Amino acid sequence: MIPAAFTYHRPRTVPDALALLGAHPEEARAIAGGHSLIPMMKLRLATPGHLVDLGAIAALKGIREEGGAWVLGATTTQAELIAHAGLARVLPILRETALQIADPQVRARGTVGGNVANGDPGNDMPAVMLCLDAVLEVAGRGGARTIRARAFYRGAFATALAAGEIVTAIRIPAPPAKAGAAYVKLKRKTGDYATAAAAAMLSLEGGRIARCAIALTNVAPMALLAEAAAAGLIGAVPGAAAFAAAAAAAEAIADPAADGHGPADYRRRMAGVMVRRALAAAAERAGG
Amino acid sequence: MNEIGDTRAAREEKLQGIGCRRKRIEDIRFTQGKGNYVDDLKLPGMLFGDFHRSPYAHARIRRIDTTKARALAGVVAVLTATDLKPLKLDWMPTLAGDVQAVLAGEKVLFQGQEIAFVVATDRYLAADAADLVEVEYEELPPLVDPFRSMAPDAPILREDIKDTTEGAHGKRRHPNHIFTWEVGDREATEQAFRAAEVSVKQLISYQRVHPSPLETCQAVASFDKIEGELTVWGTFQAPHVVRTVGAILSGIPEHKIHIIAPDIGGGFGNKVGVYPGYVCAIVASIVTGKPVKWVEDRIENLTATAFARDYHMTAEIAATRAGKVTGLRVHVLADHGAFDACADPSKWPAGFFNIVTGSYDFPVAHVTVDGVYTSKAPGGVAYRCSFRVTEAAYCIERAMDILAHKLRLDPAEIRMRNFIRREQFPYHSALGWEYDSGDYHTAMKKALEAVGYQALRTEQREKQEQFRRRETRELMGIGVSFFTEIVGAGPSKNCDILGIAMFDSAEIRVHPTGAIIARMGTKSQGQGHETTYAQIIASELGIPADNVMVEEGNTDTAPYGLGTYGSRSTPTAAAATAAACRKIRAKAQMIAAHLLEVHHDDVEFDIDGFRVKGMPERSKSMKEVAWAAYNAVPPGLEPGLEAVSYYDPPNMTYPFGAYLCVMDIDVDTGVAKVRRFYALDDCGTRINPMIIEGQVHGGLTEAFAIAMGQEIAYDEMGNLKGPSFMDFFLPTAVETPHWETDYTVTPSPHHPIGAKGVGESPNVGGVPAFSNAVNDAFAFLGATHIQMPHDPWRVWKAAEALGLQK
Ligand SMILES: Cc1cc2nc3c(=O)[nH]c(=O)nc-3n(C[C@H](O)[C@H](O)[C@H](O)COP(=O)(O)OP(=O)(O)OC[C@H]3O[C@@H](n4cnc5c(N)ncnc54)[C@H](O)[C@@H]3O)c2cc1C
Repeated sequence: MIPAAFTYHRPRTVPDALALLGAHPEEARAIAGGHSLIPMMKLRLATPGHLVDLGAIAALKGIREEGGAWVLGATTTQAELIAHAGLARVLPILRETALQIADPQVRARGTVGGNVANGDPGNDMPAVMLCLDAVLEVAGRGGARTIRARAFYRGAFATALAAGEIVTAIRIPAPPAKAGAAYVKLKRKTGDYATAAAAAMLSLEGGRIARCAIALTNVAPMALLAEAAAAGLIGAVPGAAAFAAAAAAAEAIADPAADGHGPADYRRRMAGVMVRRALAAAAERAGG
Repeated sequence: MNEIGDTRAAREEKLQGIGCRRKRIEDIRFTQGKGNYVDDLKLPGMLFGDFHRSPYAHARIRRIDTTKARALAGVVAVLTATDLKPLKLDWMPTLAGDVQAVLAGEKVLFQGQEIAFVVATDRYLAADAADLVEVEYEELPPLVDPFRSMAPDAPILREDIKDTTEGAHGKRRHPNHIFTWEVGDREATEQAFRAAEVSVKQLISYQRVHPSPLETCQAVASFDKIEGELTVWGTFQAPHVVRTVGAILSGIPEHKIHIIAPDIGGGFGNKVGVYPGYVCAIVASIVTGKPVKWVEDRIENLTATAFARDYHMTAEIAATRAGKVTGLRVHVLADHGAFDACADPSKWPAGFFNIVTGSYDFPVAHVTVDGVYTSKAPGGVAYRCSFRVTEAAYCIERAMDILAHKLRLDPAEIRMRNFIRREQFPYHSALGWEYDSGDYHTAMKKALEAVGYQALRTEQREKQEQFRRRETRELMGIGVSFFTEIVGAGPSKNCDILGIAMFDSAEIRVHPTGAIIARMGTKSQGQGHETTYAQIIASELGIPADNVMVEEGNTDTAPYGLGTYGSRSTPTAAAATAAACRKIRAKAQMIAAHLLEVHHDDVEFDIDGFRVKGMPERSKSMKEVAWAAYNAVPPGLEPGLEAVSYYDPPNMTYPFGAYLCVMDIDVDTGVAKVRRFYALDDCGTRINPMIIEGQVHGGLTEAFAIAMGQEIAYDEMGNLKGPSFMDFFLPTAVETPHWETDYTVTPSPHHPIGAKGVGESPNVGGVPAFSNAVNDAFAFLGATHIQMPHDPWRVWKAAEALGLQK
């Protein structure tokens, strides 16, 4: 539980950070809150020779509203996100999710950008970003670009980030009118990753579901957007029968591994249960 | 300090003696981060040790190459079995009569086994160098399932003893067999089963778990070459035993070994035994001439440092149709891992498992225990229980429920019908114990009334109907548990550790001003000894507890004792404390009589001093007597006021209790939520009710963890699954249920103050209460026994097996 030796850097600007990452292409790793990376380093599963700490870069911090969308700076901590009243009013699902991540100590250090960029299927924020159709703002030595969250995840710890790129911010579109969203997570204890979890958002028109998105945490090598499950609900009256069908469709795409949370069949079924519960909560919040 | 005007009650209150909810004085330093733990110790020139460990569960070692590790700058030494052999320290004796490899030389027998000990100038370098040790292995088939240990074709694990047919506890039938232990009357029990109107039989497994104290095991060893003296600071629950064993093993004279156990951050049985890390730190200090620190990390602690339980118990009860038990038979298959390193009194290879008749009046019983080797870490320690008492209590409490279920009797009712009655104490159990005192019916009735048991059963029946009508997916379980413990090991007639009788001791010295220092042979790991022993002294001697300093853990200053585990401190050292106080009081009475110019038979002790019988206004406070002890003793009496007591208990003590648990189970997820938990404990005289409640809260939380999720599990290759707190279930305050505590008081008739010990009761009684609640929730659907741990997926699977997850 003791990491291998490394050199520590603390740049103050994004270009400096990118330069450092570029200078040690094989060896350098960005570090934000460190609460995924440092445990890996202690187990020596990660042995970066250079750590580039993003914590002193002012441009990566802060939460702001911009043209109807909400922009979260990459190094915004979960605790800062939880404390932001404006965000909680418009997108309460973010706060609801952040509160289910680990414990207060971890949330005080862990960042939204790190949670999203890490690529661990156990992280809770990716499914929410898929569900809300967030866009990641990315900077590299070649310049800046954007990547939709829905195009970002490729597999376990594999993302669309190129070597030397970092996430600078996450842009979340404002939710549609008469929408409700929820994140429901099954875990064994505080500080545990999900046995299964689901994010759901839906909006209602005339008592029927007009728009819907559903995403799953930790039941596949990466967070999954449950497209068929959501598509099946368009035009449906919210209720147990419709949600059960969506749950079944979500279970069909889940591909969990057996681990300490339980065998694969159980975890798949839990994905379904979480979808049902997330949809029920979202519908209630949407005023259905 | 018998101040004018003070009422008797005010004088009593000033003492903060027995029965007072005195705040824990050790918490003043603990809550400010000022505790003094092993890892806080920094000595000049101190080196750090770290292990290279085996990735395999069973493999032959072909070659160990330490060249690269030695070449790293800052590495001072790398020890392997080859270096320990000339010192005869490559193997060490275990408390259970077996031997354990300190460093593996020829074979590794479990994943995480110690192979090389790297010593470097800082702990980071030591970790780097440990990684550089190269070992060439030939993999051998692991033996993971204990039920396969004695199969004819099972791989032979312990080649060192494969031809030894006589083990430490009798005949061995197979190279992987350790012992068979048999108690009770086989014939009479068979007869009871032949004549039985009904009987039940069930395999009840208690999974492998781990005590996981927050502070892991650690030591700093410092050998002084000039004086030939060895000092070891370490996480030792039994420092004197460590010193004696150290002297025998190393040849260093016992008076030149100084064992110091500073503050300990939880022990739970994990810190009773001797581990390779301690031995290697000592050898490394002798070799390098420098102090050497070894601190294991969490993964090492969970992987290689003693586990607990792993008992597979087949229980059978014979009974009448009316639900009166007529016989008990239990066979246990005990998985001991690669070495038998159980920490039991030496003559008890299965601890006090023969307490398995529990609180019930079984006319006959018969128990056999087979200990076997597997490719797993050694251990089998008493995790917050007196030697295998938790296993026994779980076994009988599950089995009684299974019998009740078969007879369609209420679990509380079947217990009431079979309890040992108050007038039967002292009670001789069919398996050989003499229960000192008890009043089970009263305790059980009080518990049932406190929770409104009948109303709960009515509610449960309504919920079951709703469930059947598909109106709810929630089930309600009510867990009943009534336990009897056996603690306070123990009387020299049947308890010793490596030949040393299991007495305990107190040395008490009253200073001229009436302040007191008291030293004990026990060692607190969080139990609050500094607070509670002082309260006993306060009541016995009439000196306020605040004027008493209690010291433990330094073998140079503390009287010889056997340490703290098995709830033994109150039954043994607290008894010694009272006995030493009474010697002091007898002398103090002579001095008081002298000061009062009367015969000593004419004075009597009264709260905080002595008074002339019938003339209460003529008195001397204990404080005045203490002063006089140093300048005005009666002729013929030596000055000074102190005493030592080595207390050999005449019997064990038998705490008991009634626990009730109400659970709501979400069948869709398998999540079981504890709605209510009521714990009634009878631990005899209550020294400090607040500390008792704290012990009960802590023990119940551990019991909850064990029943609802803890497991040290291996895959089929013998790889340990999830050895960190990410997976190993340690509940936080968020998951921990609310605990309701209650009590009755049935003093121990043979203990000087009537106290029985309480630290482990909640773990012993708690586990069956949770497990019975889960089982009770599904019993109406036909389930007889669901194995622990009851984590959500297993509960869900149990429901699936009953057809509830369509
Ligand atoms: C006990 C414990 C329990 C936890 N439980 C949960 C949980 O339940 N749910 C959950 O979601 N998480 C959980 N976590 C993880 C925690 O939320 C982490 O903080 C989070 O996953 C990563 O954020 P970070 O800021 O700490 O990133 P770091 O650990 O610093 O980095 C993680 C990875 O992301 C990369 N990275 C970080 N920031 C950027 C960036 N801006 N651009 C590009 N790459 C970047 C790093 O290079 C690294 O590879 C837990 C952690 C612990 C220690």
